[in-house]
Amino acid sequence: MLIKIAKSWQMRESDATPEAIYRDRRRFMKGTAVAVGGGIASGLLPRTASAAWTPGTKLPNLVKSDYTVDAPLTKFESVTEYNNFYEFGTSKDDPVSNAKDFVTTPWTIEIAGEVANPGRYDINDLLRPHQIEERVYRHRCVETWSMVVPWAGVALTDVIKRLEPTSKAKYVAFETLLDPKRMPGQNRRVLQWPYVEGLRMDEAMNPLAMLATGVYGEVMPPQNGAPVRLVAPWKYGFKGIKSIVRITFTEQQPPTSWNISAAREYGFYANVNPEVSHPRWSQAKERPIGKFFKEKTLKFNGYGEQVAHLYRGMDLAKFF
Amino acid sequence: MNTPATTLNMALFPLPYRVVWWLVFAVLSMPLAWLVNLGLNDGLGANPIEFINRFLGDWALRMILVSLAATPLKILFGWRWPVRVRRMLGLWAFTYVALHITNYVVVDNFFAWDDIWKDIVKRNFITVGMVAFTIITSLAATSWNGAIKRMGSKSWRRLHKLVYVAAALGSLHYIWMVKADLLLPLVHSTILAVLLAIRVYAHITRPA
Repeated sequence: MLIKIAKSWQMRESDATPEAIYRDRRRFMKGTAVAVGGGIASGLLPRTASAAWTPGTKLPNLVKSDYTVDAPLTKFESVTEYNNFYEFGTSKDDPVSNAKDFVTTPWTIEIAGEVANPGRYDINDLLRPHQIEERVYRHRCVETWSMVVPWAGVALTDVIKRLEPTSKAKYVAFETLLDPKRMPGQNRRVLQWPYVEGLRMDEAMNPLAMLATGVYGEVMPPQNGAPVRLVAPWKYGFKGIKSIVRITFTEQQPPTSWNISAAREYGFYANVNPEVSHPRWSQAKERPIGKFFKEKTLKFNGYGEQVAHLYRGMDLAKFF
Repeated sequence: MNTPATTLNMALFPLPYRVVWWLVFAVLSMPLAWLVNLGLNDGLGANPIEFINRFLGDWALRMILVSLAATPLKILFGWRWPVRVRRMLGLWAFTYVALHITNYVVVDNFFAWDDIWKDIVKRNFITVGMVAFTIITSLAATSWNGAIKRMGSKSWRRLHKLVYVAAALGSLHYIWMVKADLLLPLVHSTILAVLLAIRVYAHITRPA
């Protein structure tokens, strides 16, 4: 199969923000914060680029996509106040309060491994060439609750193509920020930090996989994984790694956090599958948040048409 | 050890038994009242059924711990009133356990007996939880004076020793249920271990 790559997307390493400039910018930001602390009215300050990543800001130029679901959206409050994000605490209502002041500007993502364009990219440089679009996806948590979420973001495959992985790249590994000062949940070793996740290359290149930077048409709130998180709607929610700071292209299957924590219970693939139970509970049904009755869980969370071919011939009870 | 015990006993014992009973009753009803209050004020969060389940489960285990605290309080401080109201403590524990199970059967699963049965036989944490529920129910069913008379005090006592098994299984149920964060389950198990250790210590060191 011939993969066409648009020339305008191609990017050399020199196009990325050099580290020195990034550091300078950081110093500038700090200076600004000090100035505010000094009592200068914030209204007098120039608006900096940081405003673009302030949670709650409407995303400009957001286009609707064809990816949608024939089900009502889960309430905004539920999507943004009921979260599993252990870096900010293990209770569902911990992230919304503990991530309140999580600063995501500036944000750099390191691209490494088997790739033609490695380097440290400012998030804007990494995502700017792509149209941010809204996609309504089902979201199925391994704990058997589910949501319908209007994400905003870009297709992961488009970003990957631009980075030009080499022929040795068989997997994509993702890593969350490690910073216990900003992510207080990391002070307790509930999981091995930093959180790591991964996809097989063909999974990552599937058009469904996206890098999300917003929900409900707004910049991603920190508790949902700001500034950028993975969304793979045919997999259990824990695959959707949040606050990504590193993307590495690898030849070997990368380790994944929940698999490290309990290999019997969480596999690398973590595809939604009503036929394969979690050892401690059934996955046959789910409770849509906001509804009283449970509903039957669909194989691949209803995305079989798009992704079932990726797993042809694989024993899904073994590769769970 | 005697001084604070006497003061506290002095503080409560002049109160008529009936007043102590109602005070304790009111305190133990507070979690339930709080839950109802949250329910009436839209305070149960995005997943109310899960919230109610966790809340009632937490308090069921805590009420079992509370009823198991009566004897240690007597051993350590010489307080007698907790033992005198212990039947009521146990019945509150049963109430929270029963509400927890009712929520699981009626609200969470809406009488999907097939699913519930599969849970009980396949999922260890639910199996042990159900065994604990059965024990607590049989203790509640034999908690009236007539039952003690009919069974004879010796076999009644033997039956009611099963509360230790129920408490241990309840703690295990909690430990096996969580995904990764064992802190709270272990706090509860530690409290149970301390309450049992005090009994064992008193038994070993009792004057011959």
